[in-house]
Order: sequence, then C-alpha cells, then structure tokens
Amino acid sequence: MSYKRPKFRHPDTEINDLGYARQDYEGALSTLCAGCGHDSISGAIVRACHELSIEPHRLAKLSGIGCSSKAPTYFLGNSHGFNSVHGRMPSVVTGAAMANRDLIYLGVSGDGDTASIGMGQFVHAARRNLNMVYIVMNNGCYGLTKGQDSATADEGSRSKKGDPNPFESIDLCALSVQVGATFVARSFSGDKDQLVPLIKAAISHHGFALIDVVSPCVTFNNNPDSTKSYEFTREHLKATGTMDFVPMREEITARYAPGSSHEVTLHDGSVIHLYKMAKGMDPLNRVSALNAMEESKQQDQILTGLLYMDPDSKELHEAIGTVSRPLNQLSERELCPGDSVLQNINESLR
Amino acid sequence: MKNIKSVNEFVIKFANVNGTGSASANNLFAKALFRMGIPVSPKNIFPSNIQGLPTWYVVRASAKGYLGRRGGVDIMLSVNPQSMASDIKEVLPGGYFIHDSTKPLDLRLVRTDITIIGVPLTKMCLAEYTDPRQQLLFKNVIYVGALAALLDIDFGVLTDLLADQFRGKEKLIAPNVHALELGYQYAKETYSCPLSIKVARINKVGDSILVDGNTAMGLGAVYGGATVAAWYPITPSTSVIEAFEKYCKRLRIDPGSGRKNYAIVQAEDELSAIGIAIGANWNGARAFTCTSGPGVSLMSEFLGLAYFAEIPVVLIDVQRTGPSTGMPTRTQQGDILACAYASHGDTKQVLTFPATPKECFDFTIDAFDLSERLQTPVIVVSDLDLGMNDHMSEPLQWDKGRNYDRGKVLSAEELDNTEKFGRYLDVDGDGICYRTYPGTHPTKGSFFTRGTSRDEFAVYTEDGNEYAANMIRLLRKWETAKQYVPEPIIQQASPQRNYGVICFGMSEPSTLEAKDYLAKQGTHLDYMRIRAFPFSDDVKAFIENHDMVFVVEQNRDSQMRSLLMTEFEFGHDKIKSVLSFDGDPISARNIRKQILKKLPGDNVTPIRGNAKEAV
Repeated sequence: MSYKRPKFRHPDTEINDLGYARQDYEGALSTLCAGCGHDSISGAIVRACHELSIEPHRLAKLSGIGCSSKAPTYFLGNSHGFNSVHGRMPSVVTGAAMANRDLIYLGVSGDGDTASIGMGQFVHAARRNLNMVYIVMNNGCYGLTKGQDSATADEGSRSKKGDPNPFESIDLCALSVQVGATFVARSFSGDKDQLVPLIKAAISHHGFALIDVVSPCVTFNNNPDSTKSYEFTREHLKATGTMDFVPMREEITARYAPGSSHEVTLHDGSVIHLYKMAKGMDPLNRVSALNAMEESKQQDQILTGLLYMDPDSKELHEAIGTVSRPLNQLSERELCPGDSVLQNINESLR
Repeated sequence: MKNIKSVNEFVIKFANVNGTGSASANNLFAKALFRMGIPVSPKNIFPSNIQGLPTWYVVRASAKGYLGRRGGVDIMLSVNPQSMASDIKEVLPGGYFIHDSTKPLDLRLVRTDITIIGVPLTKMCLAEYTDPRQQLLFKNVIYVGALAALLDIDFGVLTDLLADQFRGKEKLIAPNVHALELGYQYAKETYSCPLSIKVARINKVGDSILVDGNTAMGLGAVYGGATVAAWYPITPSTSVIEAFEKYCKRLRIDPGSGRKNYAIVQAEDELSAIGIAIGANWNGARAFTCTSGPGVSLMSEFLGLAYFAEIPVVLIDVQRTGPSTGMPTRTQQGDILACAYASHGDTKQVLTFPATPKECFDFTIDAFDLSERLQTPVIVVSDLDLGMNDHMSEPLQWDKGRNYDRGKVLSAEELDNTEKFGRYLDVDGDGICYRTYPGTHPTKGSFFTRGTSRDEFAVYTEDGNEYAANMIRLLRKWETAKQYVPEPIIQQASPQRNYGVICFGMSEPSTLEAKDYLAKQGTHLDYMRIRAFPFSDDVKAFIENHDMVFVVEQNRDSQMRSLLMTEFEFGHDKIKSVLSFDGDPISARNIRKQILKKLPGDNVTPIRGNAKEAV
C-alpha cells in the first residue's frame, strides 16, 4: 500500500451536480489489509454519494468498533464521523437522528458489532424504523482480534484457524425483516454494480435500510473451507433480480420490455426499477422475502439484491410525531416556557 | 399514662396495603396540613410490589420547620392487619394507635402505654357502599375524615383540596366529601376531640410549594431546553421522564402543526438510553437520560466515551439502595464513587447534588449549561427520598434575563474565519476546545469523534506523548470546571469552631436538625453542604480550617469521605463518618448520636456504620 494519495486529477474526472469530483468524497488512506472487502464497500459508498450529489456535510457516518467500524475514516472525509463504542452505534444514530432529522445517517458496522455485542441495539433500531442506512461489512469473523468466528459464520465453515464452526449462523437480513426493517438487501463487496444502486436506494429510502454485505476477510477467513471467502461467495451467489436506481432529478432513460420491470417510487421521488426478478420473488412482500431467503439457504446459495422493502414506510420521527424542523434548530424562545408559566405551576403546587 | 402533648409538632404513620388507593388519601392529609401553614414532610415507604404488600406513609409536621426524618411515631394509623403487630410496637409511649375496629384488636397486641382508637372503617364502608371498589377506596377517605376530627384539621381545607383534585371531574367531589364527613362524624361522636396531639393554623410555609424532586427535574429539563430524552424504566427515576413528558405535552407542542417540539425515546436498555442522549448532544440538541444505580453501572462505558471524546450529556441518577438490585424502593446515597469515576481508565465526572426540589429544578437546568460549557457528562445525583417524596420547597423561578450557555460551538461563519480548525486544540488555555455540529459547513469543521486516542485535529494516533498531553488537558478542563459548578453552602461561625459537619443532598434536613440538637447540648458545629464534584477550594479550606469534620452520608462505605480524601489527601483522623444505609432516610437523632460518640473526649468506640443505630 502507498502512504500518499496522488492529488493528480484526470481532466475527464466526472464532476457531479454540486461540482464535486469523486475524490471529494474520499477519506483518509485505508489501514485495512490489502484486498480487504471493506475497502471495496467504502469505494461503493464514495461512488454512490458522488453520483447522488450528496453534500458531504449533510451526511453523518457512524460506527461501532472493529475493522468495519474503522472504515468510515476511509470515506467521506468532509462528513462528520463518530466511531462510538462496540455494538452501540445504533443508539448514537438514534440520538443524532432525533436531534436533526434533515441529515443522512450512514451507519457502518461489522458482524461482531451487529450480530453479537450489538444485537439488542440493532434489532431495536430496525424495530423503530429509524431513518438510517445500516451497512454490515460481514466477513464472518473478528478480524481485529485475529480471526475468531463471529455469529454470522455459517455452521461448518472453517476459518484460517481450522476448526469448523459448530453453531447456527445468524441471518441479519431475515432477522431484520422479522423485526420491522423496511429496506433489506444483501450484496457482495466484489459486486459494485449491484452494491452501488442498493446504497443509493437505501439512502433515498425513508426508514431503516439494512445492507448486509458479504465482505471477505483476506487475512483470516479467505481459505477454501470458509463460506465467507471470495471464491465460495462468487460460486454461490444468486441474485433476486436486477435493480436500477433513478434519482428524483434524473430522467428515466432505460427501457424495459413490458411486464419485465416493476417500478417502486420512493419517498423522495426517486424510482427503483426491479427487473429480471427470480420467479416467485416479490420484494414488496414480507412473506415472499422470508421464503426466498430460507429457500436459498437450504440450497447453499447466498441470495443477494433487494430482498424486501416497504415503500410506504413511516420512520421514527413520524411515529412519535415530532415537528418537521430539526429539534437542534429550535430556539431558546421556543423551548423555554418562561417565568409566568412557572408561577402558575408553582400555584398548582400549593 | 401520660399522653404526648403537641401542637403542629408530631410524626404520624399510615400503615396501608399497596395498591388500595391509600396514596391519594394520605396525600390529601399531608397537603391539608401544608395548606394550614404547617411545614410537613411526607415520606412514602413502599415495597417493590404493585399490589398486596405492606406500604407506609409517614408525615412529619413541624412548626419548627424540621423536615428530615425524625424517627419515632406519635400516631399510627393502621389499616393493614399484615403489619399491625410490628406497627403497634413502633408507637412511642403516650402516642396513639388508630385502627380499623371492624374486627376487635388482638388482645396480645394491646399496649397500655398508648391510647388505642378504633374506627370501624370496613363496617362503615360495607354499610354505605355496594360497589366493592368504592368500599375499598372510600375507606381511605373516611380515615382522613376521622383524623380531621381527632387532630382538628380545618374541614374546609379538605373540601377545597378535593375540589382542586377533581377539577374537571366534579361528580367525584360530593361522594368524597361525604366519605370525609362519615369519618369526621364518627370520630366526633365517639371520642373526645381533638386529641392531645393536634394541629392549628399557623403561617410557617410562606410561599413554599409542595412537590417531589423528580417532578421538579422533569420540569427543569423542559426549562433547560432539552429536546431529546431517552430512558429505560427504573425505579425511582421513572417519574422524572413522566414529568418531563407531562409538561412537554402542555408546553412544547408546536402551535402551528400540533406536533412535538421534543422527542422521547423509550430505549431497550440503559446502554441505549445514554447512547441516544450522547448522539443527540453530539448533534447539537440538548438531551438527557435518567436512571438509578443499576443503570449507572450499565452506562459507565458510554460515560467514559463522552468524557474522553468530550461530548456533553446530562444524566440524572436517582439513587436507590444497592448494590445490585438491592432494595429498589428504598433510598441511599450509594452511587457517589460509581458516578465520580464512572468508566474504566482515568476519568472524572462532573456531579451535582441537589437537596431540595428547587435545586432539582435549578441543577437540571444548570446541568445542560454545564455539560455544554465543559463538553463533558454532568450527572445530577438525586435519591429516592428527594425524588419520589413531596418536599416543601422554595418556589421555582426562571430568571427572565437568563440565556442558555451553549458553550464553544463554531458556526459556519466562524469556521470561514478559522485558519485551521482543531477539535481538540486548546486555543483559550482553559482546557475546553471548540466543537462543531454535523452539517454546519460544506468543507470546513468536520472531524471524526472517537473513543480512541487522537491528536489535536481529531486524527487517530497512538503517539504516547499526544495521548498524555490530551489527558493532561482534560485535567486542565477539570480545574476550569470548578468555577462553573455550584459552590458549597457554608454556615461558619466567626471565629470558626473546632468541628464541622459536612453533608450533601438529602442528608441536609436531618443534619441541620441534628446540628441544632447538638448546639442545645453545648456542641457547636460549623456546617457545609457540598453541592458539586469537582470540589472547589472552599470545600478544601473548610476541612483544613477545622480540627475534625464529620461527613454525613447514607451509604456503608463512606463514599463521599473517600472522595474527599482521594482528592485532597487528608489524613484519617481529620474526617469522620456519620453513616446510615438501611434504606430509610437518615434521621436527626441518629446523626446526633453518632457525632456524640465520635467527638474527642468520648471513650466510646465508634461503631462503623451501624444502621440499626437509627432511633
């Protein structure tokens, strides 16, 4: 790896609507292992944000602890970041989102951070339909402590340490559908063509959007007997279908054969085009989504793509009925009822 | 037998069954005395139970204004057969035992040194009401009516209170007044009223209010501008959030849209509750959470993060009896050390110790200013006694000229004029650096908040020198904090006395009363109430200036004393402990007894923290 990033910019670099190049969405140089799947996901996040023309300061990136949670340092250098405590990122995002509903919240977590220590916070954030994108960089192991199995490691899978994992794995996608997440997808760090539109759609979605990304650990869990290796993942991938994401501002240019595509309009006016969907797969239907996930699992396949979404989702702010203005922008005059009200309260206590 | 004779100076205890609606009747009684101008302090002694177990309500009336727990019972009102045997024993000789005489009193319980008064409450209810619920509820109102006759309570005050209580539900007033009259008439016709213990209208309450600390804190959070509250239910802190919500519904609804100018999130646990509060504060909203000891334990990890990453957050700790689940409905001051040094590594947390509902209100508001000024957690340390019981208090006030102190936060314009923003760069030399809210400026002021070590520009580093410099700056900030936290309250004679007594929080009323008792016996003490950690120089000076000081606290291990000794390195002989930790509020008589034992010249070996010394 190199320690200096070249500042050279190609004259043909694509500039987005805000006048930013993709480099403007990059972060510090990664200190993860060369070939780590997480770096590819960071790249996909950079590309998605650039292409969506998100103002970098309108997005906050938050994480817990672990290799995955280090990743936010390596993208969106002009956004505020928060590397919190292990497994507790969802609560910090909940607070941040309550304070300012106008920002985009991108949570990055790992399989240890989410499926073990952070399981409670993860399911409750999903259950409350917190308006955030939750990306799990899922490698089935604890990389930063040198390769112990995690709770998403498949039963029988062997990491570099060699012993087969004796326990059932936790399927974060199925679980989050059950507890109330309103956008659930799975992808693979090696498949940017699928991942980038998923991230864009997740950002546009109004509610809890989980993307569970299989992201091989090149150092501890990329051996032949691991079910989270590059090779195994590539061989067992099965997509639910193909998805195009068309932001609100853009004209729809792609053409689809009649009946082959399903359009879903998101809260902000963006459109998702679903096409080439697997037979019987309806990502707008919870039962169908759960069945498809279970069936793929039985067949040793890793089902990727958009698994479930509820386009009519009501996020936490709507559930509790807060004002449309961000709470952190309310003035003292609006918040403090003043002394005369207090004197009336005193009177009621005499 | 000589009856206790007293006007406006007595302790009455109600022995009830939990979940029978006695609380509102007992409250009616206490409030009636308060409206007659008599200082009162009611205390609810309740089990960790919803229905069926014994519960007590102790009201102390004191024209002298002593509002701590006195100890001893002059009048016992007993409607719970379960606890009757022990209740009757508690009555002081010459006192009164008032009971439901529907069933005759067990002869084995009869005492000849007290007066026994029977009122056939159950029989009267059965005769008067057909609805079983009414039979249960009105029993309580009937005994308040009987007490009105026996103690000479102004009947008009009681009916006015009922009218206030049932405003909007006027249909309920007449049946309640009727029940009061039933009791009143029975007592008047059966006994020679009033008793030798009675009340009389005086004016010793001035413009005071009667309110519990938790309500005052919830209201303080409204006035302090909190917009985000996260919590996990736990006794005795739950009613802080309930009060916050109640007042928000009245005072924080946006008039245009009818929507809320606040967000309350009931979290899945205390870890999440404080995480939410920290996330909201990080993002520029004033946010708080409240809990009790077990929650403090769970929140410790996050408190370390907020200390180290310098994120404001307000935590209200309403202490209860620990360790572990302890006695969840009994009081204690046992979280002092757990709060002061909450979290692993080197941490020091800012604490404040309110002692009255007025201070609960003020300190909650102050906590938001303090935590944003100092960019660190502020823990307002209350307790069950202060939080859940009504206390007579100075009225609440909002200073019209007061503005929120949002601390050092850079705006977009200020960032434009800043050459290089360093989140942890101590520009002003007071240890407090400038921060930015997310979303402020497109290209300037963003930084990475982290619990890992970092340099002055918030960039990750494992450079030991950078780490140490940052830890030392945090100590500089700690010094700065001393000028912002509430100063101690000191009553010092001139020239000062040889001995002093120190207390904090809800130990104050009993300590002041004990100090008076001791003065009458010729032992004069200077007095200091600590109101915050870090301790100011005044705290140190007070201890230095006395040969010996007594620290009154409601825990086993002398936690405040330990904190003082750790911070100031005083010797063992300088600071002596006065302790009580049996779950009841410490009493004045207990404090007096312990101080007398430990005064030099007394050869009695001090018994360290004997809870049963309580009189």
